[in-house]
Amino acid sequence: MDATLEESTAEASKLQDPAYLNELRAQLQKFAEMQLNDHQLAEDAVQEALIGAMKNAKSFSGKSAFKTWVFAILKNKIADILRKRHRTVEITNLAGNSASEDEDFSNLFDEKGLWNQGTEPAAWNNPEASLKEDEFWVVFETCLENLPEKQAKIFMMREHIGLSSEEICVNEELSVSNLHVLLYRARMRLQKCLEMRWFEEK
Amino acid sequence: MPSCKEATRLISLAQEKKLDFWESVQLKIHVLLCKYCSNFHKNTQFLSKISQAHKQRDSDET
Repeated sequence: MDATLEESTAEASKLQDPAYLNELRAQLQKFAEMQLNDHQLAEDAVQEALIGAMKNAKSFSGKSAFKTWVFAILKNKIADILRKRHRTVEITNLAGNSASEDEDFSNLFDEKGLWNQGTEPAAWNNPEASLKEDEFWVVFETCLENLPEKQAKIFMMREHIGLSSEEICVNEELSVSNLHVLLYRARMRLQKCLEMRWFEEK
Repeated sequence: MPSCKEATRLISLAQEKKLDFWESVQLKIHVLLCKYCSNFHKNTQFLSKISQAHKQRDSDET
């Protein structure tokens, strides 16, 4: 870290805590890497986001505001990188589909396409209240991590980063119908996972 | 009338684009008649809400 940067961050004393900064960096890196699928590119984006946020560190009262700010910057950087990607026409590994990505939920439905016994979706009991419970978020994140990689990535791009379907298709070189299939599978799996690990436990 | 499997596919698709008129009519009838797909429909919409809350939380938490 250079001297001028150190001076400006000195204002926010909490940002002097190396353990906190390393933890934050790890969170940012994990998030960026999942979206970008590229360690170095993710590291560059994280570094830029941290620099961008630290430059203005004085205006932040504490860790929480700083983290919000740095994540917001990182999301913008990731969105920019993803949007630019198609212009450089990368030949990406299209053959990255594992068997589990391709599953058709034949275990959920019978041959007529009706729900098999025991697989029917449940009515979620008071889901709004769950959003306020820390344990719910541990379960949700576990469910996200359990998704096949491609499904998780596409779901996050769509629902978390907020890219449009069109943008995702262009960036990921997916057809619209492939995108819909991936989102469908991700939504189905997440619902099943949340039901099993959370809503039916309650 | 779509099967439950087809109905769930359409429910997810409806998050991405407007379904065509008759697809939408058939899906709505199915959802009215089928408790399980009605649950899936509500849960899909709530999942979107969870993701929004997650995004918010992701940047808020210390």
